[in-house]
Amino acid sequence: MFRLTQQVKETRIRRETGAPLHKAGHIRVQKDISELDTPPSMHVSFPDPDDIMNFNVALSPEEGYYHSGTFHFTVSVPDDYPHKPPKVKCSTLVYHPNIDLDGNVCLNILRQDWKPVLSLSSLLYGLQLLFLEPNPDDPLNKDAANLLKRDSHAFQRNVAASVRGGYVAGTYFPSARRR
Amino acid sequence: MFNKLCERVYDQRRAMSAEVPGSIPGGRMQAPVVKWYDISLPRRHSSVLFTFFVAFIDSLRLMFKCDRVPFYHLRVVKLHGVVSFFIMQLEEAVRDDVAEWRAGGPAWGGLDHLLRNAGPLSTDLNPEAADATQTFLRQHCKILIIGAGGLGCELLKDVALSGFRHINVIDLDTIDVSNLNRQFLFTEADIGKSKAHVAAQYINSRIPGCRVVPHHANIMSFDAQFYQQFNIVIAGLDSVEARRWLNAMLVSLVQFNPDGSVDRSSVIPLIDGGTEGFQGQARIIYPRFTSCFECTLSLFPPQQNYPFCTIANTPRLPEHCIEYAHVILWDKLKPFGDVKLNMDNAEHTKWLYETAKARSEHFGIQGVTLRLTQGVAKNIIPAVASTNAIVAAACANEALKMISAIAANMDNYMMYNGKSGVYTYTYKNEKKPDCPVCGTPQPKTFQVSPKDSLAEFLEQIAIDPDIRSKKPFLRSSTGKTIYASTSPLREATQSNLKKKLGELITSGTELTLADKDLPFIRTLIINYK
Repeated sequence: MFRLTQQVKETRIRRETGAPLHKAGHIRVQKDISELDTPPSMHVSFPDPDDIMNFNVALSPEEGYYHSGTFHFTVSVPDDYPHKPPKVKCSTLVYHPNIDLDGNVCLNILRQDWKPVLSLSSLLYGLQLLFLEPNPDDPLNKDAANLLKRDSHAFQRNVAASVRGGYVAGTYFPSARRR
Repeated sequence: MFNKLCERVYDQRRAMSAEVPGSIPGGRMQAPVVKWYDISLPRRHSSVLFTFFVAFIDSLRLMFKCDRVPFYHLRVVKLHGVVSFFIMQLEEAVRDDVAEWRAGGPAWGGLDHLLRNAGPLSTDLNPEAADATQTFLRQHCKILIIGAGGLGCELLKDVALSGFRHINVIDLDTIDVSNLNRQFLFTEADIGKSKAHVAAQYINSRIPGCRVVPHHANIMSFDAQFYQQFNIVIAGLDSVEARRWLNAMLVSLVQFNPDGSVDRSSVIPLIDGGTEGFQGQARIIYPRFTSCFECTLSLFPPQQNYPFCTIANTPRLPEHCIEYAHVILWDKLKPFGDVKLNMDNAEHTKWLYETAKARSEHFGIQGVTLRLTQGVAKNIIPAVASTNAIVAAACANEALKMISAIAANMDNYMMYNGKSGVYTYTYKNEKKPDCPVCGTPQPKTFQVSPKDSLAEFLEQIAIDPDIRSKKPFLRSSTGKTIYASTSPLREATQSNLKKKLGELITSGTELTLADKDLPFIRTLIINYK
């Protein structure tokens, strides 16, 4: 319902301002990018500066289990943003309760909890939080989640091994060490 | 120098606290004390008077058929040997107030009087609603004060003493010694602490019953939900950018009914105060009803920015010489190594002054002084305590009128000028139909030469009175990123700065402009001359 009223409102504004309909998502992304204020632990890059709907994010958490690694994501923003959330894939193979080995990311604001008032900035901080506080109650990588719940020291060892590069639980993780 | 300043500030504060009747420096404010006329009659007269007084009281009792003439005052009378029936009446009248003060609440008998009695100060009288108004003010009304600086301190004091109880205050700043001459909620011991926290603590301890909640943060770190909880917002901000943001936030909170009319319950009025030296302003913004801040943005003179070429080649004013030393020579000569210019460092200031002085002599320009150097480089606007007090009083006054409806609000802009005499004038700012915040914005057309560089065009939109974009992110309607002044796209587009507009865009191109500091997106159209 909220989304519908928001949509109706935006359509009205667009009609009034005469802005082309298909560009609304792009304009919102432009606004979001202008407001991005990223800390040194986040690096955003655009492979094509003219295509602002697709970009890469590199996260280098400064503390927590993952503090020694750098993790890369590709973000693809749909045209009907902000009514639909951006799509995020993790392109670094990582041992993480909320990220599976195909790079799918389980983050509440990327799915059911997405709201049009959220921005690209909230998305980046959401991803960062995922690395500071992995959430074992909402897992994609069940083995990792169970281990984190059962034995956080063993989990920490596994994370360290995966970041360093090597086999963890039968899967080979290339090194994700920060350079 | 520093010690002298502290001393002066201290003396001023001491003098101030001594002047406030019924106040103990640093202590809790006392109940308003009714002064007894101390006639100090010779002893032999006092007994005669006393007899007369008792008879007088008795006759009064008969006359009014009441027993409530406070007899205990006789004790005081006996002690002082003083008689004054009228004063006693006065005491009776303020007794509720005094009781309230002693019970821990401020005395708002004054407001009660205004709510229940017609008079020159209360024109829109509705005595039936007085109780409801009082209850609302005491229990439900939430007010947000933005800024706890020069205006903020005054505002907090005014608002709290007017009877507002639930107050929130936001300020991101910490206390500096130079604040102490006018920001009277702070003392020397508070230097370095959060302005919001110290101010709130002071008001809370001094005005019992008042609950001030401090927020040591930037206004932009709060979302719509936060602002929605308030009935009124009063701003004592120091920058145009923050005002623009706040204004856009409050306008965006307004909801519409299905028939397109404004849902009045969602309107949060903004009272905006501002001072600069001896001049000030106070204005009321009822979002969607009156003009908003953005409607009248072009009335603000552009911030003092000197054209680069003038500074470098043809200086005419002492300011030009100082800016040259400040902007260009500092980075070029690096007199103290690779450090940032710090105007609180005496050596840096001295270097700047001497360099500017040398340049001014070279061009035969008079008037470069150390003081001016500091002013120009630090962009100092002198703050005058009395101006703050006047403007804050006007704002608090409007807030009280809004809540209590004892009188009509001003419509809608007051300017104050204390420079030559004391002059105020109130007039109505009209809404701007194409206001980008509260109206229907139209694309803004720029007539430029295709030979201008992008950098020159950016300078133009930075000073354009309607736009004033300093951190632009420009994209063309064809989906090309022209320039982004902030990372992550800055590196990729920086090379465009030197390019000619003709190389980048064709005539008639629509550009969308986003800016970190602007609460909206603008469409610009480029037409070549």
